[in-house]
Amino acid sequence: MKRKLIASGILMMLGTSAYAGDDLAEIRQEIQQMKASYEARIQQLEARLAQTEAAAKQADKKAEQADSKAEQASQVAAVAAQPAPSKESAFNPAVSLILAGTMNHSSLSPSTYAIGGFIPSGGEVAPNARGFSLGESELAISANIDPDYRGNFVLAMAPDNTVGIENAFVQTLGLGHGLSAQAGRFYSSIGYLNNVHSHAWDFTDAPLVYKSFLGNQYADDGVQVKWLAPTESLLVELGAELGSGRSFPATTKDKNGSVAGAVFAHVGGDYDDSNSWRAGLSYLGTGAQDRTYADVDAAGVATTNAFSGKSKTWIGDFIWKWAPNGNATVNSLKIQGEYMHRNEDGNLACLDNSASTGVCTGVADTYTSSQSGWYLQSVYQFMPHWRVGLRHDSMSSGSVVLGAGLTAADFPILAAYSPSRNTAMVDYSPSEFSRFRVQYARDASRPTETDNQFSLQYIMSLGAHGAHTF
Amino acid sequence: MKIKLIFAMLALTGSFSAHAALNILACEPEWGALAQELGGDKVKVANATSALQDPHRIEARPSLIARARNADMLVCTGAELEIGWLPILLRDSGNAAIQPGQPGNFEATRYVALLEKPQRLDRADGDVHAAGNPHIQTDPHNIALVADAMSKALETVDAANTAYYQARHDDFMARWRAAIARWETQAAPLKGVVIVAQHQAYPYLENWLGLKQVATLEPKPGVEPSIASLSAVLNKLSITPAKMVVRSAYNDDRASAWLSQRANIPAVVLPFTVGGTPAANTLFGLFDDTINRLLAADKVAK
Repeated sequence: MKRKLIASGILMMLGTSAYAGDDLAEIRQEIQQMKASYEARIQQLEARLAQTEAAAKQADKKAEQADSKAEQASQVAAVAAQPAPSKESAFNPAVSLILAGTMNHSSLSPSTYAIGGFIPSGGEVAPNARGFSLGESELAISANIDPDYRGNFVLAMAPDNTVGIENAFVQTLGLGHGLSAQAGRFYSSIGYLNNVHSHAWDFTDAPLVYKSFLGNQYADDGVQVKWLAPTESLLVELGAELGSGRSFPATTKDKNGSVAGAVFAHVGGDYDDSNSWRAGLSYLGTGAQDRTYADVDAAGVATTNAFSGKSKTWIGDFIWKWAPNGNATVNSLKIQGEYMHRNEDGNLACLDNSASTGVCTGVADTYTSSQSGWYLQSVYQFMPHWRVGLRHDSMSSGSVVLGAGLTAADFPILAAYSPSRNTAMVDYSPSEFSRFRVQYARDASRPTETDNQFSLQYIMSLGAHGAHTF
Repeated sequence: MKIKLIFAMLALTGSFSAHAALNILACEPEWGALAQELGGDKVKVANATSALQDPHRIEARPSLIARARNADMLVCTGAELEIGWLPILLRDSGNAAIQPGQPGNFEATRYVALLEKPQRLDRADGDVHAAGNPHIQTDPHNIALVADAMSKALETVDAANTAYYQARHDDFMARWRAAIARWETQAAPLKGVVIVAQHQAYPYLENWLGLKQVATLEPKPGVEPSIASLSAVLNKLSITPAKMVVRSAYNDDRASAWLSQRANIPAVVLPFTVGGTPAANTLFGLFDDTINRLLAADKVAK
């Protein structure tokens, strides 16, 4: 074909030079026809080429799609084949650390703190030291031990460089039938606030009833069994504890078996989407053997008194929480109150301090008391990050009966009195893991004078995500 | 005697409710809805959270502990979304069937390839999830993957009804595939639309529909927006304008309203999960309504 074209080209050139007139026109026409036919053919070829190209592209695309599908499928397969997250850290325990610190200002010295009308409970019930002080730092480690058990360990480092084991217990996971058990050292489940760690409290310190009846918080070494009723959405929880009576109001005895026991019942549920509640009734029965406390006798000379006998405490607790549609991000309200009643029955003695011109002669006689107290508090979150709270404490020393051998003047702290306290706080939590708090309390725990307490506090939580208990 | 009687009655009510149907406790409403689609009348579903609650911030309420006690199966998102409260439910429920590792403990995020796995784990970056972004329910393809896995889990937990669950699954998947095709056609105009999100909750939706997110109102995940962080977003929008600002039904509306006014773009409430809006009352409604709302806002913005 090409040759023909060239030939006709030559012919044309020759023709233009050799011939003139009609011949030339004829040749021109012929060439025009040939040109048209060639162009048509070329166009056809081009179209076919384009078609094949498109088809090839489509095939490519399909292949690509198939590839990505295969990839997706393999991804899915990989995910499905790997049912549990296989991070290395998943096998490591959850570790968390709480850092807290306070700055306190009080009109009366915390070193002379006592709650009038009640046998002192010892421990850390006094307000924090004046000035700057480090709060309790808490190191917690917990993890599932195996499919059946979980372990929890909490080390508390006090500002005075002493280290204590706050919690160390193992807990069953799924005994079934709503049963669970734990053994070791743990905060008792009596009341509401008792097994809440101090960094999660809504105020910097415990209510007065907790200070005087439980020495802040009751923790024991022992066992606990809980049972949840198979109810639909209403919580019905019954539990019992047996322990060594390690802490106030009990004392450890050189005795086989248990010294302290507690039973508790919790009922809770939702009123609607926005309102939830829980109520509880608990009983703590303990025995005390030479439970001592320091005091002064009728002559004002230091002495040590000791109580031996039975201590029985009843606790009623109630908490109501509100948040619009159950979403506490912006607004929420919490109202909580607890009532405690304690009967103590046994012997009270004061140490013989006559050698140091005291009037106590080591005489012991019966002591019976029936005392009570309560607190009511409310915390309102008025906007994200910010909360305000109010708390009222009230106690009554009730009836204290001393045996004929005891002189009331030798036990000045037991003089009838009704301690009370009002507390207000504002706190700001930039995130779930940090909190700053300002608190003011007007504390009439002491019969002599009212204490004005002002404190600034920070609480920071590092490490594993803490759980939101109700 | 009386106590014995009460115990016996409680045990009786418990065993009745357990045998009537498979008790399923869903951590989030989307999985509750899916369990209902796949389980039909062989299951009884209760949701632990609603669409108006922030699933990150829930507490282990007494009613939830009671529900966990009786559950034969838990269906949850996983990837640490429920880390604040689910461990307490598991611990306090005294229920062996739903503990991790048991077939009754189902985590949806295990069956989906997660986006946004963090490069580093540091609280300074906000509320980050080590496994990746857990809000997988905004892409219907993910729902399909979870449906396959959940159906198998149902067959394991309740083997007696295997054929029933298989039939329900086939039926659901047929309807779901058709719906996905419909949604993808409807949502075609949304491709490339630039948006701002309140919380980092929509990477899967954006990925699916080709939306382009230029900013979040929360300066860091889980951190409430401040005026300073909102102003920064507004500045960013003056350079790369967005068409709308989206938030989930449970989010506080003030931050979105602030931006909407100043940037003059519509603020869109997305249901985020089943029950978030009146129209999103089923899984199908969830996507119908999500796409309708996005399309409506896109039209207004034009």
